[in-house]
Amino acid sequence: MIIGINLFSRGRLLRTFPELAHLNDITEGISQAIHLIVTLNPEVMQIAALSLYISLSATILAALIAIPVGGLIHFNEFYGKRALIVLIQTLYSVPTVVVGLVVYLMISRSGPLGFFGLLFTPEGMILGQTVLIIPIMMGLVISALGGVDRSISDTLIALGATGSQTIFEIIKEARYAILSAVVLGFGRAIAEVGVAMMIGGNIRGHTRVLTTAITLETGMGKFGFSIALGIILLAVALIVVVTLNLITSGLDQDTQQLAGGPRG
Amino acid sequence: MIEIGNLCLRFREREILKDINLRIRQGEIFTLIGPSGSGKTTLIRLIDLLDTPTSGKIFFDGQDTATSEAGRLALRRRMGMVFQKPAVLNTTVEQNVGFGLKFRGEPAAEIKDRVREALDLVGLAEFGSRRAVTLSGGEMQRVAIARAMVTHPEVLLLDEPTANLDPISSELIEDLIVRINRKFGTTIILSTHDMIQGQRLADRIGVIMGGKLAQTGTSDEIFYQPLGRDIARFVGIDAIPGGIISENRDGHALVRVGEICIEVLTSLDAGRRVSLYIRPEEVTLTPAAEITPKSSVRNQIPGRITRMVPSGPFIRATVDCGILITSLITRRSCTELGLVVGSPVTAGIKATAIHVLPEGERSSSQ
Repeated sequence: MIIGINLFSRGRLLRTFPELAHLNDITEGISQAIHLIVTLNPEVMQIAALSLYISLSATILAALIAIPVGGLIHFNEFYGKRALIVLIQTLYSVPTVVVGLVVYLMISRSGPLGFFGLLFTPEGMILGQTVLIIPIMMGLVISALGGVDRSISDTLIALGATGSQTIFEIIKEARYAILSAVVLGFGRAIAEVGVAMMIGGNIRGHTRVLTTAITLETGMGKFGFSIALGIILLAVALIVVVTLNLITSGLDQDTQQLAGGPRG
Repeated sequence: MIEIGNLCLRFREREILKDINLRIRQGEIFTLIGPSGSGKTTLIRLIDLLDTPTSGKIFFDGQDTATSEAGRLALRRRMGMVFQKPAVLNTTVEQNVGFGLKFRGEPAAEIKDRVREALDLVGLAEFGSRRAVTLSGGEMQRVAIARAMVTHPEVLLLDEPTANLDPISSELIEDLIVRINRKFGTTIILSTHDMIQGQRLADRIGVIMGGKLAQTGTSDEIFYQPLGRDIARFVGIDAIPGGIISENRDGHALVRVGEICIEVLTSLDAGRRVSLYIRPEEVTLTPAAEITPKSSVRNQIPGRITRMVPSGPFIRATVDCGILITSLITRRSCTELGLVVGSPVTAGIKATAIHVLPEGERSSSQ
């Protein structure tokens, strides 16, 4: 197609079909992305690394909070449990800019957490993204644990498990569903713009991450560069998801056996 | 071994178990039979201390089970439980079987040995490294039994262990249950809605109906002398109501039902209203033409076949003799005798095969 355009005077064709200009941007973006990745462009690498650092930290922090608290909510009966779960599920759809605004107010100089000086720092962004993804992770952890059949917990109790032994085994049993919750949380963190922009401020070399960079470059009309960053974002996500899956399946040998070993 | 006194369980407004009194002896196989939803599972769960009763007591080996959570855990650890729907954890068969020992903090080497022993017992020695979720229903149930037995429990509870299994797997499980009982002297409490299975396995049977323990006794007592119409129906006997004892000489009594007189053995006095219970296997059918006048069978009642329902290798024939009498005959004899719906026949019933219960009073359990 591109070759065709070059053969038949590119200028005239673009005047006739202006939408082809963007098509051109896409192909150009892809080749630019490959170029940027292959040459390990320092600025792009720095942005990607920062994105990964911030979102991964937020994911780990959120998981450390969401899994135990989700477990507490699932394994305990208390007044208002249903209402709490509905509230958590509602927070799945909280706009990133609202979280950005709230966290901004909390950590800005005059806010209650102002003395930490977190505004416009990567750490502030980690805090914002953690707050953003805790509800979705916690909600999915609760439903993951709920997805473990009651007969499993009955079986464990009948086998003489103590309360904490039961909880531990059930969390282990729900490991794949819990992994999905973590992966989804990471996905929301690395893909969001609102918090990164409002808390981080898109400061070049300091708080600029992939999504804010894309916003900026697109605004300046540098579509190719934006597309390149988009591709890199997906590549980063791919690496994280694959790694997480490897870690989880590496924890128990039986899955590997299923993949490679004999089955009856 | 286990003593249950005045046990009740209410869930919201519904009474699921009502005033259960039961004593399970050490080393016996005790079967709870009853229709689905009668409370068998609930009772077994209460015995395993998975739930707590609304009122009443359960004593395990002389100890009151209404104690602290730690005390209940210690007692629960002396029992093993197999659920109707076997739940296996998503890991290997070996690890599934080892859970009970792991929870009790046994060393890994000991767990390994005993898991192998338990898998041997259920005939799944080769399956140790298989993923448990890939097993068939029958294999899973055997894993569940191995998992319960690996801790050498004093009491093994099984809730409808063969309810979802094919006949061959069921037989395997039944053999296994008897073997466990003989080999280890394990007290076994088993629930089933299959009365024939109950009969086959049990030393004693308890019949649960609508949350009440309606009757306990040996299988002969339950199957030939049911205490009441509901139990009779459940064990496959249709009651013949509306009889009156017209005379009774030293236990040889005549009962008038409608137009016919039937000879029975009972200690009830003349004038009592009674129902008759006759096991269909005990009723013989002969074509009306071939009647032999001299027969040891006292009751020879003429009638006509009104219904024939095949049931496996048997045919359940209903004969209208003025009253409806059910007879279970083999398909082969049915063909040989040329019996069809409408055939005139004579139903023969020995006086000893008729169980007589007074009407209008509810019998309590023995």
